This record gives sequence, C-alpha cells and structure tokens, in this order.
Amino acid sequence: MLGCLAPHPPHVVYAENPEQNEAFSEGGWETLRWGYNRLARKLKTIDYDAMVIFTPHWQTYIGTHFLGLPKFKSKSVDPVFPNIFRFNYDISVDVDLAEKMCEVAGESGIVTKMMRNPDFRIDYGTITSCHMLNPDWDKPLVTISSNRNADYYSAEVMNEQASALGEACARAIEESGKKVVLISSHSLSHRHFVTESPLPEDMSREHIYNHSQYVWDMKLVDLMRSGKMREVIDIMPEFTEQTIAETEAGGLTWMMAAMGYPNYPAEIYGYQSVIGTGNLIAAWNPMEATREIVL
Amino acid sequence: MTEPEILFGIYCPPHPQPLLSPEASDGYGKLRDAYETCRKRIEESEADLILVYSTTWPSIIGHQIQAHPEPEWVHVDDDFHFLGSMPYKFRMDVEFADAFKNAAESRGLQSRTIAYDGFPIDTGSVVALKLLNPDNRIPACIVSSNMYANRAETIVLGKSARDAIQEQGKKAVVVVVSSLSNRMFTEHIDPSEDRIHSAKDDEWNRKILEFFDDGRLEDLSQLSREIHGQIRVQKVVAYKPAWWMSATMGQHNNYTGEVLAYEALHGSGGAVVILTPAAESVGDKEFDEDDVEHYHGDRGVLDKGML
Repeated sequence: MLGCLAPHPPHVVYAENPEQNEAFSEGGWETLRWGYNRLARKLKTIDYDAMVIFTPHWQTYIGTHFLGLPKFKSKSVDPVFPNIFRFNYDISVDVDLAEKMCEVAGESGIVTKMMRNPDFRIDYGTITSCHMLNPDWDKPLVTISSNRNADYYSAEVMNEQASALGEACARAIEESGKKVVLISSHSLSHRHFVTESPLPEDMSREHIYNHSQYVWDMKLVDLMRSGKMREVIDIMPEFTEQTIAETEAGGLTWMMAAMGYPNYPAEIYGYQSVIGTGNLIAAWNPMEATREIVL
Repeated sequence: MTEPEILFGIYCPPHPQPLLSPEASDGYGKLRDAYETCRKRIEESEADLILVYSTTWPSIIGHQIQAHPEPEWVHVDDDFHFLGSMPYKFRMDVEFADAFKNAAESRGLQSRTIAYDGFPIDTGSVVALKLLNPDNRIPACIVSSNMYANRAETIVLGKSARDAIQEQGKKAVVVVVSSLSNRMFTEHIDPSEDRIHSAKDDEWNRKILEFFDDGRLEDLSQLSREIHGQIRVQKVVAYKPAWWMSATMGQHNNYTGEVLAYEALHGSGGAVVILTPAAESVGDKEFDEDDVEHYHGDRGVLDKGML
C-alpha cells in the first residue's frame, strides 16, 4: 500500500483544462497542480491494481457505503462551484475489492452498505483527486463514503471509527492479495472565503483564510516530514476543531490506520491555498528504496 | 407601499421516504398524505410562484439561486440510494431568480444564479417539488442555505426574497425544506419500527409544533439558537429555516397554523405544516436582537484593537 493525501478543490481540475471538464480556465494554483503532476508521474512507475479513495463528498449518516457496480458514466457538477466543475466521467470500480472491504468491515462491527443504484452520481471529491493522480483513468477505483461521526458525536469518536475502518480495509486488502494506492481526499484547514473573484483563477486574490489556519497546517506538515503520524492522529481532534479541517470526515485517520501509522517521513509535493482553505499533497511510501525528499 | 403577496408557507422534511417508500410505514404514509393536502391547497390557490429554501442545498459562495429554466436529471440520495432513483424535470421562474439575486445584492449579500445542465438539485428540493407540484403547473425557485451564514445574513436573505416577490408582483407559496430534530439512527432499521431518535428530540419537536400550530412563526425564529443547541446535529453553524421563513413571510405571529403530520424519518423529526397569514397575533415574547435590514459582512474584529 502507498498512501496519498490528495485534496480535491475542483479548482485544480478546472485549471488543468482536461477535455472531460466543460469549463475553461487560464490556469492557476500551479503549486498544487505541479505537485500533483509530479506525484502522478511517480504513480505511473509503480505497479498497483486499484485506487482506494475515502471521500468527504459522499456523506453518509447510516454507516459506511462502498460503490458496488463495475461502471459509472455520467456528469459530475460541483454543487458549490458549478461554474468551474462540470466533469464528464467514465470510471471503473473494483467491485470484488469493494465487497471484500464491506464484508470485513461488517465483520468488525462497522455498519456498511454496498451502493448498487446505477443512477448514483460520483462525487466531485473522488473525481478531482483521482483525476489529478491518474489523469489516464486506467485504474479501477474503490470509493468509500465518509460516515459523519464528527457531526453526530465528536472528532474523538470520528478518530476511533475511522481507525477501525482503516484497519478493516487493510485486512481486506491483504486478504485480496492486491496492491493498492490509498487516497485520502481532503484539504487540511477548511475555512472558505464566501466570495469569489470574477475570474476564479486570479491568483492575486488567493491566500489562506487566516494565519491561525496556516500555523496549524504547518504544524501538521512538520510532523509528517518527521514521520510522526501517530502524533498527527492523536492531535487530529484538536486540529479538526481549531481549523474546521476537512479531516473531520475521517480520511487521513482511515488511511494512517490502514498503513499502520507510518513512522517514516512523508513525501511532500506541495501546499497552497484554494479559496482560503489549506491544501497539502503528500505521499507515504513504505518502500524506503524509492522514498524521496521531494520538497 | 403594498405588502408582498405570500399566500401561505409550508414547512416539510427533506427525506426521500414519503416520495419513494410511503408504503413502508404508517408514518411515511401519513407524511405523504400531508404532502398531498399541501399539493391540493397549492392547486386551489392563486399562486404563481413556489419559492423553496432547502437545508439540503448547502452553498459556500454566498447564496445560490436555481435559474435553469428546466433542470432535468435522475437524482439518487447519498444515504437512501437503495430506495430508488428520483427522475425529475422542473420548471423554474428564471425572471424571479434574477430578481431575487438582485434583491439580495441590493441588501449587501453575495448571491448568484445557477443555470447549468446536470446541476445536482438536492434531495430535499426534489422531494418537495415532486410532491407539491408534480405537474410543474406553477414555476418554482430554489435558494441554497449558505453553510457559514448566521442569523443576520439569513434574515436579510429572507427580506430579499420578500423584496423580489413584491417587485415581481408574485403570489407566492413559501416552502421551507427542513427536519425538526435531525439526528437519524446510524444503523439500518425496519421502517415499520421507525421512531424519533430520543425522547428529548420528540419533546422539543412537539414544543416547536405547538408554536407552529399557534401560528407563532416569529417566536420560533427567535428560538432558533436554542433549537439548534438542543436538537440539531451541529453540521452547520445554526438552525436557519425559521429565520428565513419568518423574514420572508413578514416577521410576525399572525398565522393560522396547521400541523398536518409529524412522524419519524429514520429517527429524525419530519413534520408537514401550513402557515396561512391571519389577522390575529399570539405570543408573549419580547425580542432584543437587532432586526437587521442590510448585511455588512463580518465585523473584522481581528483587525481592531491590535495586541
């Protein structure tokens, strides 16, 4: 397993101008995009069978759900930024692996459900992160919904539940014998500006929402560089509360639990604000021989 | 100046069960019957606009207003996908949407209209419009609920809607799509055994319904913060529907209230209520929060009194 922290502001897809997206841009957010491009090139050199993504934008309150049909083809329009993201997608799902995860998680006492409605629309978080990491779309996905434990209970409960799910998914992956790339799709600090410049890609307008958010984000980056992922997860409830972080969905906790809380340095590919939020691209590569100091 | 003509208001839940599986429990069936009563009431009225405020359409960039003339899609709910798909094709009042946006901007709000093929209209709006206006006899308008907006911004948004209704000379039915208590069970349940998640939620819901039944909408608006703290899952900053509904309908308690149904929807509180403007007022509350007319944005406290 290799793990990627892959934020999903639709702005980065918009800025890339892929043929699947209807909106056209003049660019923008290069620090993130170039980081993504570099990580995507690295993933091309790695042999793996599927991408397993945990997305905050498929929000479920009744357990954890998994995509359960082999193909989904439709258009995803971002409900918040429809002006920049109207993406025509055609994705494949590794249903066997999804079912295995659903089964093992269920045996662990986690409430689960397979999603088998063919009209279901794939969320823009899944599409943005997966497109930026694999613009060729030549790997099947497993998409996991985010159960909203932080809303219903607390960030502490979220941490516990997401850890249990991560451990269950790791067991399922091991039993399947497959090699996967795990993707935790979210920003770090997550306070947005509520206005948008007339040209969304006007980089003269882009900055973090406030300095407190920035300091917290950098605290996490420092811990990641130092290979202290257990500590990152331990302070996750406070970080989440202080920065309204998108970690509240449980993605990073899920991924770190699945990877056994790495104690080696993360590869840092880029950090940049998008409409005020703090976005970090990072990877955890368990193979020391190919692990890099990127930034 | 003449008052805007708001014929009546409807408060209804966003869950898909009354649309997709009304037969699954007596409660879902009663909610469906209540929607049916509302539908007939709308048809018998002289309404020429259905204005929907949906708590299941969150926005970030200000307040978004649906302005596609005929939005069409097949919607599937994130949680209740197994109940089936919801194909829809609605008729929107584009002229009103533009007027609403302009009115919002005139009062200092960030607002924009949305008109994109395939835009994902939310579950609550789809359920409400399919059940209340199944033949698209009356054009509709949907406005989002900004996830960061609090009381002042939401009240100003309601006043903007009122401005637009008046300016356009519309006869409007105002629809608010929202649960009462919104804590659902976190496990799959047998619908026939559905119930309100807790006795506390049920007690608060019934208190809110007493207010609705008495027509005390502005009193409910004033109690919004308390309601949010007591029975709302803290997904957004505040319980806003009563703020918006009261501001849109005129900020008073002069209504005839009809609670048509109150049932559990996977543990949350679902009620269908009609509020019709009437002559007499009830209530004994005094209010001390500002009645804001214009939104000035954040007050920039951090920039003042530098340490």
